[in-house]
Amino acid sequence: MSNNRVAICGVGQTERYKTKLTCSLAGLVREAALNALADAGCEWSDIDALIIGKAPDMFEGVVMPEAYLAEALGGVNKPVIRVHTAGSVGGSTAIVAANHIKSGFFNRVLTVAFEKQSESNAHWALSPSMPFRPHFNSGAGGMFAPVIREYMRRSDAPEDVGCQVAVKDRLHAIKNPHAHLHLPDIDIDTVKNSPMLWEPTRFLESCPSSDGACAMVLAAESHADTSIHKPAWVHAMAMRSEPSFYPWREEVNPEASRACAKDLYSQAGITQPRKQLDMAEVYVPFSWFEPIWLESLGFAEPGQGWRLTLEGATSRDQGGDIPWNCSGGVLSSNPIGASGMIRFAEAALQVRGMAEQRQVDGAKRALGHAYGGHSQFFAMWIVGDERP
Amino acid sequence: MREVAIVAYAQSPQVRQEKVLNEVEMLMPVIETALTEAAMTMDDIDFVCSGSCDYIAGGAFSFVGAVDALGATPSKMESHVEMDAAWALYESWLKIQAGEISSALIYGFGKSSVGDLPDVMSQQCDPYYLAPLWPDSISMAGLQASALLTTRRYTERDFAEVVVESRRKAKANPSAQLSGDTEVEELLRAPYISSPLRRHDCCPITDGVSVLIITDKTALPETIKRPVYIRGIDHRMEAHQLGIRVLSESGSTTQALAQAKSQAGIEHFDIAELYAAFSPQTLILKDALGLDDQVDINPSGGPLAGHIMMSAGLDRFGMSFRALQKSEVTTALAHATSGPCLQHNMIAILEAG
Amino acid sequence: MDIDLDPIEQFDAPIYHRYHATSSRAITPFLHAVKRGELLGHLSTATGKVLFPPLGACPESGEATHIPVILSDTGTVIGFTTVHLPIPGSKLVPPFTVANILLDGADQACSHLISECDIDSVAIGMRVVAVWRPAEVWNNSLENIEYFKPTGEPLVDIDALQQQCLAEAEQRKEAAKGGQDA
Repeated sequence: MSNNRVAICGVGQTERYKTKLTCSLAGLVREAALNALADAGCEWSDIDALIIGKAPDMFEGVVMPEAYLAEALGGVNKPVIRVHTAGSVGGSTAIVAANHIKSGFFNRVLTVAFEKQSESNAHWALSPSMPFRPHFNSGAGGMFAPVIREYMRRSDAPEDVGCQVAVKDRLHAIKNPHAHLHLPDIDIDTVKNSPMLWEPTRFLESCPSSDGACAMVLAAESHADTSIHKPAWVHAMAMRSEPSFYPWREEVNPEASRACAKDLYSQAGITQPRKQLDMAEVYVPFSWFEPIWLESLGFAEPGQGWRLTLEGATSRDQGGDIPWNCSGGVLSSNPIGASGMIRFAEAALQVRGMAEQRQVDGAKRALGHAYGGHSQFFAMWIVGDERP
Repeated sequence: MREVAIVAYAQSPQVRQEKVLNEVEMLMPVIETALTEAAMTMDDIDFVCSGSCDYIAGGAFSFVGAVDALGATPSKMESHVEMDAAWALYESWLKIQAGEISSALIYGFGKSSVGDLPDVMSQQCDPYYLAPLWPDSISMAGLQASALLTTRRYTERDFAEVVVESRRKAKANPSAQLSGDTEVEELLRAPYISSPLRRHDCCPITDGVSVLIITDKTALPETIKRPVYIRGIDHRMEAHQLGIRVLSESGSTTQALAQAKSQAGIEHFDIAELYAAFSPQTLILKDALGLDDQVDINPSGGPLAGHIMMSAGLDRFGMSFRALQKSEVTTALAHATSGPCLQHNMIAILEAG
Repeated sequence: MDIDLDPIEQFDAPIYHRYHATSSRAITPFLHAVKRGELLGHLSTATGKVLFPPLGACPESGEATHIPVILSDTGTVIGFTTVHLPIPGSKLVPPFTVANILLDGADQACSHLISECDIDSVAIGMRVVAVWRPAEVWNNSLENIEYFKPTGEPLVDIDALQQQCLAEAEQRKEAAKGGQDA
């Protein structure tokens, strides 16, 4: 490993995620980038490289859009790269950006992840019909529903667990001015009575479809002092991928997820994530993925993740010891390409003490997590308030 | 800077249309060939990175299926750029510089024959002002060619000479799609397809896959006789709007070259593999790079001889690697491009070790 | 000059691309077989497992597959969901149940519809059999099977099924190796 540390000294987001934002694609990304630069106390000219990430181009109908976005993001005369790893892309983009700094070749980089999926039809793009096969792909929700059902079968978890997560994350979101969904009156019954979409997943147990962008300024240690706020430091980062389908593939607790977490924790010296982390921003697009990831990421024993949820351990509002998704998570805002980076960025805001109303007091170490595809692509990082 | 070497390169036959095999089936044997050439297995590969484009294949998430060719059980560190695989190479090179990995396998692939590539590429343009006009890539290249003629630095005859050279050199390239003997006069008799471009001034449509393996010098397999070191590498983007740029020049290419030279400390190149998909672009790039007639440009025939969209940039690295296996060739310049009319350019300086 | 114009907040810019889909070396025999009413899988010699439908690669090993295995049209439901949201571009009218069905003899499940039963009765471990459309309309597609219906057999313990299938795959893998050594 190189000794080059990576600092996060600027975070910027769309002011309010929602659908059909009335701005152009360029305007969307520029807003987040300007917010990140302002936080970092930097100008466009202080940035050495631009790292862009987003999910499939069919969400907007622009082929390889980094070419079009060059001017909007101060990319002219700079190296520009665009990452695409399906749903985990926001996270993997942050990792590629961090590698720019860690390599020693760049002092400051701007990384932006975005999606303006109202421009096209996201459900259509997520339900591709494969040639020569009957068309049963019913979006991400349809794909994950059997996985959720299998988790429920194995863990024998009470039926309400998914609803609990749905309520908790939306109540967290009230304190996040950026969040798409602000549902102050949400409760278990409201969720239970919402329309069933892909059994057992109900409408209010599913993420919204949002437009939005998230940006960060990452810097080398020698250039990390321009912000009026203290930086966050990257303590660990890891990525793993496995094939979508293979005979008897473990889909509930994928090997790639466990391997990614193991690599991550060993870099950061973490053996007890629940104790050693102060909070986590984890990619939970459908409510039952909270207990699923609690187990896969080692916060709970196999089959026991749902207990943490029911106990309120992951709820900031209830004073839980390991709050998850204080931002409201993917369940409250989901611009698909940006969501992974929002997780990574929210974790950084927490350890910088900049999470405002959603701040976990004294947060020193936090996990940012993203996943994508058929639960096959994973990108994670751990950030801290001190140099590693 | 850690010393990073190319240790193997393999490519499927470049064909107008691959009728039998899908992308995964095309990839598997080429990955095997590259690994065998490097005397490595997938277990020796720390990181895999690919370049491809959903809109070439006609389906969202189309890169995901290619993961089946990797045997990624247990899981692998793997990533993807929706760009030419030359940028997947750059991402991998950065990861080695960061000390995260010691080896990487990079692949690029595409079956351009299944769609209408020039029309697909029109949708890369500004979605509000340009894309609704459907400016296909050939027409845009025609605009650039026209701009070049206006400078009076070159003529249509010069375009034809680039093509003659490409066809002639490609005869020595076993994986070339288009090669042979032709004459300038014969070429100039052909009709325009998008003036001043004629059909032969444009790269062909090609289906194919390419695989390239790089390692840190400390992880160089012992069997590699002549590794090719990446001594310098950089890339730069220009403004998107065609009207803002001087299309007859390539400032970002000059800029990337300067950066790469400062890393490499190398000023002379025996060969240059340039990603010039249209013959006038060869001349624009030659000028931007300050290459004189001593430099053998596109000894493989270049993209005019075969153009795997999403891999043609990686192929310039690969073709340079092949050329550098000859003892009399010691330094090479590899160029990759992305975006309409040479908007984004990468330069690498390679040296045989 | 003062121009009083309403801001344009949206405009339609339709995009149409036509793609000519191609089959593959592995999928082509599968498509011919299904037109004859046969379900063709591939045996991976690297793992001993039977893949269905055969896509050309054994994802675990990254090796090409080619050994054909004819599968029966009965199987076990190992996962399912009932879909209430219409699929863009599909004629299926919700609610409909899509299941991951492990055909007898296969190690990888395929997706298809479940019908001719109460939605609430669909369960993991349920035994099902294919209901084919009339042979006259058969084409190169798994749509020749209209849906799967329950056979009425007792529920299967899918954890035990998995162990059994993995053991059988291991035997096939050893046999394939033995065949190579011979």
